[in-house]
Amino acid sequence: RLPFPRSIVAHLWYFEVPEKHLVLLRDGRTLIGFLRSIDQFANLVLHQTVERIHVGKKYGDIPRGIFVVRGENVVLLGEIDLEKESDTPLQQVSIEEILEEQRVEQQTKLEAEKLKVQALKDRGLSIPRADTLDEY
Amino acid sequence: RHPAGPAICGTLHSVDQYLNIKLTDISVTDPEKYPHMLPVKNCFIRGSVVHYVQLPTDEVDTQLLQDAARKEALQQKQ
Repeated sequence: RLPFPRSIVAHLWYFEVPEKHLVLLRDGRTLIGFLRSIDQFANLVLHQTVERIHVGKKYGDIPRGIFVVRGENVVLLGEIDLEKESDTPLQQVSIEEILEEQRVEQQTKLEAEKLKVQALKDRGLSIPRADTLDEY
Repeated sequence: RHPAGPAICGTLHSVDQYLNIKLTDISVTDPEKYPHMLPVKNCFIRGSVVHYVQLPTDEVDTQLLQDAARKEALQQKQ
């Protein structure tokens, strides 16, 4: 017996659960887990969720348990073909390693951005910062 | 500001009232940036995050669409 009644979830959406699903969030994060529910707002409940971080040719999975995602943060929800899941070009590494790689990547980006901003400033130009008002 | 998401190519399966999109047989335009999308063949995209939808020009019959839209507008008025 499935812990989450299939009939209840199935009629709410087109997909047949429980397939592994991949969720892209607005903040750029990738979550992978079993979709247990979805509603008209695309609010999601994910079971045995893993947050997958990828840097270059490496990736790491951080176990996150049960995730309730508010629909407005969802970009994309995809069904993972379990047969294809293993032919990834990436190498899985430990959580510590991928977090370190990510930290280094953010650092590099930040420094490059600083240089860019300074170069523009030197030329009397600036990139306007995103205001919250831009959302409306 | 939120980072730009992937550009996805696929077959339009369905659209709903919120312009949420379901695509089948998808491919990501930049698979190096989104490697985890490789085993994903079908997806649901929330309408609110879509910036644009590009349709192949020769597969869209604009004349037919305009006529249909006109008819529907007329019916709605009645």
